[in-house]
Amino acid sequence: MINALVAILIFPGFLFLSAFALFAEYADRKIYARLQNRVGPPIFQPFADIIKLIAKEEIIPEDANPQMFKLAPLFALTAAVTSIFYIPMWMTGALFSFTGDAIVVLYLLTIPTLSFFIGGWYSSSLFARIGSVRAVVALFSYEVPLFMGVLSSCMLADTWSLSGVAVFYEKHPWFWLFNLIGFGVALTALLGKLEKGPFDIPEAETEIVAGGFTEYSGRFLAILRMTIDMEMVVGASLLAAVFLPFGLMFTPIIGFIIYICKVLFVVACISLMRTVVARLRIDQMIEFCWKYLVPLGMLQLLLNFIIKGVILK
Amino acid sequence: MAEEKEFRIPIGPQHPALKEPVSFTLALRGEKIMGVDVRLGYNHRGIEKACEERTYIQDVYLVERICGICSHAHSTCFVQAVEEIAGLEVPKRALYIRTLIGELERVHSHLLWLGVAAHEIGFDTLLMFTWRDREVVMDVLALLTGNRVNYGINTIGGVRRDIDKEEIKEILKAMDILEDRTKYYIEVATQETTVVQRLSGVGILSCEDALRLGAVGPTARASSVARDIRRDDPYAAYGEMKFDVITDDHNDVYGRAVVRLKELLESFKMIRQSMANLPEGPIAVKAPRKIPAGEAVSRYEAPRGEDMHYVKANGTDKPERVKVRAPTLANVQAVRHMLRDRYLADMPIVVAAIDPCFSCTDRLISVNDMDKNRTDTLEWQDLRDYSIEWYKKRGVDFSKMRKLK
Repeated sequence: MINALVAILIFPGFLFLSAFALFAEYADRKIYARLQNRVGPPIFQPFADIIKLIAKEEIIPEDANPQMFKLAPLFALTAAVTSIFYIPMWMTGALFSFTGDAIVVLYLLTIPTLSFFIGGWYSSSLFARIGSVRAVVALFSYEVPLFMGVLSSCMLADTWSLSGVAVFYEKHPWFWLFNLIGFGVALTALLGKLEKGPFDIPEAETEIVAGGFTEYSGRFLAILRMTIDMEMVVGASLLAAVFLPFGLMFTPIIGFIIYICKVLFVVACISLMRTVVARLRIDQMIEFCWKYLVPLGMLQLLLNFIIKGVILK
Repeated sequence: MAEEKEFRIPIGPQHPALKEPVSFTLALRGEKIMGVDVRLGYNHRGIEKACEERTYIQDVYLVERICGICSHAHSTCFVQAVEEIAGLEVPKRALYIRTLIGELERVHSHLLWLGVAAHEIGFDTLLMFTWRDREVVMDVLALLTGNRVNYGINTIGGVRRDIDKEEIKEILKAMDILEDRTKYYIEVATQETTVVQRLSGVGILSCEDALRLGAVGPTARASSVARDIRRDDPYAAYGEMKFDVITDDHNDVYGRAVVRLKELLESFKMIRQSMANLPEGPIAVKAPRKIPAGEAVSRYEAPRGEDMHYVKANGTDKPERVKVRAPTLANVQAVRHMLRDRYLADMPIVVAAIDPCFSCTDRLISVNDMDKNRTDTLEWQDLRDYSIEWYKKRGVDFSKMRKLK
């Protein structure tokens, strides 16, 4: 009981995840800034931002539905924190695992997007409404490639459990190299999920101010910002667990360091990708995802079918 | 989708896409723009009227502050008109220095535009890079004139500062750096897939429409209208410069970006020419305090397009009338046309593509009464009474405050 509480609240749960999420945001912003020839923020900046937001007054628009407006951020945060428990981080086993938890994690990662939609919709601002509709439209375009990428790797391992995936790749150490296409597909789709890079359409500031977050302020905005950071860490951890499943047999401390490095590698990839491209339009994003990412995901699935039939037999 | 209702979304007067207060009310159906309502007038400063109450020399500095970016354009345009009325023969060296500063200003304005445009399409990396490189030309301008934006180099009858050999060396060095960078940006703008996707086919303005709506500057030149005051009606030293008028037949935002970037290369050419051929001699002639009666129109190819000043003199040391037609006023008409049937996401870049400068354009205050559907003009006294009433309702009484004359 105590152990479970510690796991949920402190490590690797809420507290650790918050700290790591803020650090990941720092890494993302710093890399982004350095690539743009800027100095970038100091290491405590994301933390200071959150503290500042928490201290600020929160304003709820008169026309907004207060319950939904307040609940949406909490819902999003909870989903993001919950999903980390099913992802194996530095060992082959996750904190909790059961058959099919890969699907559950992907499902939990969808909840924040839907919460942003609900929060944006109920804040009854025009910009927020357009932003939240865009978030859902974007969801339809990146979700399928993301599932395809992640599940193709699981399919090769012949299990729907993320811990099972880790066990499989520990037995077959170099098999993760087969999934590189899937890694690319999932990484690009993750950009859509995190509303970054060419896919920051739902919160395109030059068009719709802050999208679904326009009316949020104070504590609620802090929670939303935290959720996005946590989503980044969870998404990166998921990708690390599924596509970079090596170095899991060491002692916990070395394994932990390897895990941090893997997540930071994924974060660095995200920063790099959002540095080098302009924002797409929503119709261009749908076209890109369905025309290029989905066929690539299918190619990966086909490849894994063949590998399973030929090599693993 | 057919039953989807239109809704109106306010872009401005305060909005992250806008650098100045202006109001676009978009009627949207989904993401599609069905109609646009443009409203200017948030930034009226009464400069034309203020000019009538100042001497010509004071006006040069006032007119320079019409625009923060093309300040040299306005001051040159104004002094040209005054010199024409007074019949002053401006020394060649002064004309060359004016040309040089004018082209340096164009370089900084176009680089600034590229950064803003990149930001509007969510490409902040290009924004950071161009604005970093823009510092090079800003430093050159500061070196030559002492200021980064309002140079204050023009005076009636010439210029106020000379250029020496050391400074020419610095400029040449800066031009080499900038030419290199500009070539790189041309590559980025024409080859980076996401940039091309966001720019091409957006904000179409056909050649006929550009002529019909009276577009000027790069906006017109990107629709294959080869109009450039520097060539059509040469002023300063442009008559002796060799340069091409860049046009493009893409008719869209992409074309406007290409025109501006290629114009940068032409500007570098002209800057080099003006330094190589810089004639010796005085930099100014003495101008009379009182300008004889007469009137003149002066035109100038500002970075944003044709700038026009009309000055009427009445024989005193103050002008009787000064009238400014900033390039944005000519281009803003085209924005409505360009936005039709586009998507909301294209709105910022289409507006940015004319390189708008709304505070240069603003010229009157009117109050639109939405409920009664009429336009009223409020006098100063009405405005004061209205504000006193407004605050009284909220429990603050300002009626005892000292009255402004």
